[in-house]
Amino acid sequence: MSAETKAPVKKAGKGKYELSDELKAYQGVWVFVEHERGEVHPVSWELLGEGRKLAAQLGVPLSGVVLGAPGLATRRFCEEAFSHGADNCYLIEDAALGNYRNQPFTKGLTDLVNAYKPEILLLGATTQGRDLAGSVATTLQTGLTADCTELNIDMENRSLAASRPTFGGSLLCTILTLNYRPQMATVRPRVMSMPQRDNSRTGSIVQHPLGLIETDIVTKVLEYIPDNRQDKPQLAFADIIVSGGRGMKNPENFQLIWDLALLLGAEVGASRPVVQAGWVDLERQVGQSGKTVRPKLYIAAGISGAVQHRVGMEGSDVIIAINNDPNAPIFDFATYGIVGNAMTILPALTQAFKQQFAVAKMAS
Amino acid sequence: MHIVVCIKQVPDSAQIRVHPVTNTIMRQGVPAIVNPYDLFSLEEALRLKDIHGGRVTVITMGPPQAEAALRKCISFGADEAILVTDRAFAGADTLATSYALAAAIAQIAKDQAVDMVFCGKQTIDGDTAQVGPGIAKRMDMQLLTYVSQVDSLDITSRTVQVQRRAEGGVQVLTTRLPCLVTMLEGTNEMRFATMDNMFRAARYQLKVWDRVAAGIEDVSKIGLKGSPTVVSKVFAPQAKTQRAEIIDSESGEPRDLALTLISKLFTQHPAMSEAIVKQSA
Repeated sequence: MSAETKAPVKKAGKGKYELSDELKAYQGVWVFVEHERGEVHPVSWELLGEGRKLAAQLGVPLSGVVLGAPGLATRRFCEEAFSHGADNCYLIEDAALGNYRNQPFTKGLTDLVNAYKPEILLLGATTQGRDLAGSVATTLQTGLTADCTELNIDMENRSLAASRPTFGGSLLCTILTLNYRPQMATVRPRVMSMPQRDNSRTGSIVQHPLGLIETDIVTKVLEYIPDNRQDKPQLAFADIIVSGGRGMKNPENFQLIWDLALLLGAEVGASRPVVQAGWVDLERQVGQSGKTVRPKLYIAAGISGAVQHRVGMEGSDVIIAINNDPNAPIFDFATYGIVGNAMTILPALTQAFKQQFAVAKMAS
Repeated sequence: MHIVVCIKQVPDSAQIRVHPVTNTIMRQGVPAIVNPYDLFSLEEALRLKDIHGGRVTVITMGPPQAEAALRKCISFGADEAILVTDRAFAGADTLATSYALAAAIAQIAKDQAVDMVFCGKQTIDGDTAQVGPGIAKRMDMQLLTYVSQVDSLDITSRTVQVQRRAEGGVQVLTTRLPCLVTMLEGTNEMRFATMDNMFRAARYQLKVWDRVAAGIEDVSKIGLKGSPTVVSKVFAPQAKTQRAEIIDSESGEPRDLALTLISKLFTQHPAMSEAIVKQSA
């Protein structure tokens, strides 16, 4: 299906869009269930949680889409999708889908969309999701909004209102795909909250063939080298993060951040200037061009709280800000603030936590 | 080897300010640069040319002033530069942009077949990462995104082997030319412009193509018309109404401030505090 075959949209009164009958046939909300090495990426479950709300507003079913090699795992992924809110699942099982590759996954997902016509298709804004979404949207000739942080339904037009940061995070914009279907979006991991798991939920599985054989697939996977998780910072999943910014002044002072993090069993984060100065690795950058995090506790020292940083951490449960400038924007959205010199406050905080832990230990 | 590198001129996002009252972007005085992610792809293309010989052509779609970004690429060592510019491209989203660029690259290929196309991982102003995959799909090229290393390239067998960043690991992939590659940031370092290349860049007569020269007949596929997505509103991130509770103590000494904060934390957020204690142990 291409854009030419779709009837143009008719503009109804009051600026409302009226879909052609052909496009009206597109119904339901789909979430692509991304997996690698037998593990589903948590963003897929976050998207099912969010997709549930969108589907409820539209009065349509919510579906998971699983593509993978035949075996127990793909079935398990479908079961898990039901537990996380899917009403049913579309499944393509084929040996060619054993590792993620653009060509067979694009073919599979595109065929499913053309066969079963969802109105909304959501994917995680991961390396896999963004690689796949771009190819699928181009094949389907439809609109794709990347890296969204907020999804809503514009009820007037019955369309997906996908919001995303723009201009380096200084502004948000809301994007609609009015007269094309499906409406596609990729969503950042850890931005939407994880839905409650309900293992009693079940659903039906619709199977579909891939229609492609290995010899038709040009790209081959020679090897997969898993990251050594012990060596890699796991900011996105940390419960506590201690972050430092330019206000730490030099790499020696930044050690105070590590000291507190070590005591708390926390991950170390940083704002962009610190990463650019080379004090810490790129993987520790929090914000628009880095990671989005949602820890229980986020301690920010010497970080002014510019919007580029803010979009990456404002979902934290509790934010403690330490900054010597009482007018720093971070105090506008932190939970607690200490106005003062981070170089003296941080060691004091480390000491105070130590003391508190000693007391807690004695009490237990 | 003929390699085409797609680049974009972008405003230096670190220097963009938003007008506090009108919520509009204040572009005045913000310098325009080559999208930083594109430079990793350009350097990789130049490196492959150093090894295998051939030619590197840079291309951009943009306003006439994007010429400066192309000259920058010539100064780094690109051989040719093409500016695709036409008012009809205005308002293009990623689908319409990939259509125009794919058409222009097909036009370039008439002169000499294109073996590889390089694009930046994403731009710093749009951040979509969609144009590269779009071009690959339209040109029926194999797509290799988030490449951290080009391991080997064999011109005779027309095969290339790369390392691709995946979630939780690295894929070692092999594919056939022609293919489209987007490089991961930090994977190489852009060479210095030589004096010769800087002079060449200043004198270089770049090609300027309008819609027709780029081989585009169907105007319904480009610009605003060819764009399925529409921006319905632009707004500032909603400010939390709650301001931080500023911790104070009588002495104002760091030690007292820290103790006051922690006692507050442990009384106001008992569940979280319990988790902190558990984790520290």
